[in-house]
Amino acid sequence: MSETKEWASRRDVLQGTAFALVAAAAGLLAGPAAAGVDEARKALALLTGGAVPKEGRITLTLPQVADNGATVPLRVAVDSPMTPQDHVKAIVIVADGNPAPEVAVFRLAPEIGVAEVTSRVRLAKTQTVTAVAVMNDGSAYAAKAEVMVTVGGCST
Amino acid sequence: MEKPRIKVPSSARKGEVIEVKTLIKHPMESGQRKDAAGNLIPRKIINRFVVAANGKEILNAELFPATSADPYLIFKVRVDADTRFEATWHEDGGASVSESAEVKVG
Repeated sequence: MSETKEWASRRDVLQGTAFALVAAAAGLLAGPAAAGVDEARKALALLTGGAVPKEGRITLTLPQVADNGATVPLRVAVDSPMTPQDHVKAIVIVADGNPAPEVAVFRLAPEIGVAEVTSRVRLAKTQTVTAVAVMNDGSAYAAKAEVMVTVGGCST
Repeated sequence: MEKPRIKVPSSARKGEVIEVKTLIKHPMESGQRKDAAGNLIPRKIINRFVVAANGKEILNAELFPATSADPYLIFKVRVDADTRFEATWHEDGGASVSESAEVKVG
């Protein structure tokens, strides 16, 4: 968790701890099997504070077919002015077919000015990746991408 | 930890959105793999990636084993003045490494 005062509200700390507990539980129970849609949904709900995500504003881009699950490019962008009054606080990404659902949490400050991050992720098999943007007013927006994985990414 | 790389344009216009590209060599050992004897190789990943611009934290990424080996993270940022980016990669167990880069904005 960030040590910056303006971010580490008690709610954030509780959610971060809860998120870690879900991750630990999923790790203990799952092994090489997929965490599943339920675990992914629980992980998301904990971090978004239960806000029901709407569609729109967030774009999640992954290849439709990944021939190497060990390194799949992922881009997430949110249409937001990133002002102190209207900005993305966090982008949460989960994958429902991996041994553990959490992929990344990108916490942003309005000073970044624009909300777009690119990474490379491991996908164990064909599955759905979900990204949720949590805004400073508590609202949330979600996008999904289904990725067909021909060679699974958890053995490398 | 390996020396990371951070790449930014050397100059930009005021208000321009630029890309900051970062790369670090790291196996991101997931904790899922087994060695030749069948024992689980323990998890050791970079679990946090933090970027400050002129001393103000702008990005704080919590990473999980689902991030590929040799994390290649790119983010966009709008620059309004000369900016010094400092990125820090934190590994399981507490080790960390930092790298910085500057953009002249006019």
